[in-house]
Amino acid sequence: MTTDATTLPTLRAQELTRRFGGLVAVDRVSLDLRLQELHAVIGTNGAGKSTLINMLSGEIPASAGSVQLDGADITAWSQPRRARAGVGRSYQRTTIFPEFTVFENCRLSAQAMLQRPWSVWRSADRCGYSTDAAMAALTDAGLAEAAQRVAGTMSHGQKRQLEIAMCLATRPRVLLLDEPLAGMGAEETERMLELLDALKETHAVLLVEHDMDAVFRAADRITVMVNGAVLASGTPEQIRASAEVREAYLGEGVGA
Amino acid sequence: MPSMRAGEETLASVRAVARRTAAARFGAWLPLVAAVALIALPSVLTPYTRDLVMTLIIYAIFALSLELLVGTTGLVSFGHAAFLGIGAYITVLATPASGPGSIAVLLPLAVGGAALYALIVGALSLRTRGVYFLMVTLAFAQMAFFVFHDTDVGGGSDGIYLYFRPVMAVGEHKLLDLDQWGQLYGLAVGMLIFTYAFLALLRRSRFGHALAGIRINEQRMRAAGFRTYGYKLAAFVIGCALAGMAGFLMAAKNGVVNPELLSWHLSAEVLLMVIFGGLGSLRGAVIGAVGFTLLKELYQSPGLVGTLAADHWQLTMGITIILFVAFVPRGVIGIFRRLRTAPGS
Repeated sequence: MTTDATTLPTLRAQELTRRFGGLVAVDRVSLDLRLQELHAVIGTNGAGKSTLINMLSGEIPASAGSVQLDGADITAWSQPRRARAGVGRSYQRTTIFPEFTVFENCRLSAQAMLQRPWSVWRSADRCGYSTDAAMAALTDAGLAEAAQRVAGTMSHGQKRQLEIAMCLATRPRVLLLDEPLAGMGAEETERMLELLDALKETHAVLLVEHDMDAVFRAADRITVMVNGAVLASGTPEQIRASAEVREAYLGEGVGA
Repeated sequence: MPSMRAGEETLASVRAVARRTAAARFGAWLPLVAAVALIALPSVLTPYTRDLVMTLIIYAIFALSLELLVGTTGLVSFGHAAFLGIGAYITVLATPASGPGSIAVLLPLAVGGAALYALIVGALSLRTRGVYFLMVTLAFAQMAFFVFHDTDVGGGSDGIYLYFRPVMAVGEHKLLDLDQWGQLYGLAVGMLIFTYAFLALLRRSRFGHALAGIRINEQRMRAAGFRTYGYKLAAFVIGCALAGMAGFLMAAKNGVVNPELLSWHLSAEVLLMVIFGGLGSLRGAVIGAVGFTLLKELYQSPGLVGTLAADHWQLTMGITIILFVAFVPRGVIGIFRRLRTAPGS
């Protein structure tokens, strides 16, 4: 375990709550994301995992609770502002620009970090910063060779990879990944897990995932959510050993 | 690291491709040829064709201004005529009763007035999306229409005359007198070239790329860190300001304005022009404006299609639109694109 309890977490959620009418989708969830740590959140469908990511990234406001980035309270910040401050995310449903090339997808994302992303007079093609950031992100995500392909023509697995590359192009410190392995074949899963392993060295990573084998292999810390609330949180060994988790979620034989 | 090498090689190829497409774009001299033809045209025109060509130029500017909203940013506005109409009315209303107004005053007023109304309409309507955006823009346009139609501000439903066409003068010397047809024509051609070049520049800029990103996937743009509302509002105001410029020309050409300029019929027509030409292309907008206007002119001419058909031109126009949407959904520019890519690939 790489966690050092004394260092400040990169992203911290405290008592985060989201109500939709009478339904409490996320119920007082607290968790820390640290550099060099992959924190997995598991739970059944409807446990509130995606809602949690939506609140952390600022896509929807929290009903109660707070989010801190490097100790600063960012609860009231909009999604674009959080993104510019270093919170990157991917979506459960692939969210890319299908008609652009892979490279253009990343360059446009990188452009968001510029001082004046709305500059009107100079050609976007000639922006050195975003070209370099895009190529670096593609290289890190293992997509450099596919740079000139039209994004919409790629395989599902490559599109998932591209979405992560687009996050990386904005040079985030926190990565919130919503089921990046969904719908992937064995080989693609393997490649993605290697990528996640490399990424956590330089990022604080939150991984929402249904593939339990992958989660127990990749995660340094696991939080189990049931009905919007945290049931248990700990190392993979602790979660595997927890009778409570077994009963509520994993079922007999899973993860053992 | 081998993957780093591969990355650098791809980077080099990316730059090469960027250069090549830039060169191809630079070599796209078609708009230039069109501009030269427009400048040379007046010498061979009759009074009837003179007026028609002026109309085509104004509608081309108008369609280009909507293309920025619909084709580039993905904002389907159904109230674009309001901004043309406001520009036209301001031009007439701000002209002094005693003599011609100055272009240097009237043009900024027309453009600024349209932009100001666009700022209000945009700030409110851009909180909605899709068909709701369409309805809200239509509602605001109808509001503007009824202000001119039902009050005495602009002479009610009859409209008002522009007794003196705008001039640009230094002391006694008139640099530009729009009462002279040739000078009005020259100004219109200049404005068309300006609009086309400005929008071309805009589309290749970071701002333009961000607008394209918003059209394709706004959620991803926000997740990347773009404050998309501001981008959409800026695009909306710019597009409507250009429509206000077209309105200035319309007032100067016709010498009269009436509420029809703000009507939803015209909003629908300019939307059809953009779709007819092909969404997402500046050339498409110009082709669409010219094609649509000429078709309408053709169907309305008894000498060419017969009195019966000319009396019911809406019917032939409607059938044409239906056929067009059914068989050429990507517009005229889509045909060219298919011809260009088909043999090679």
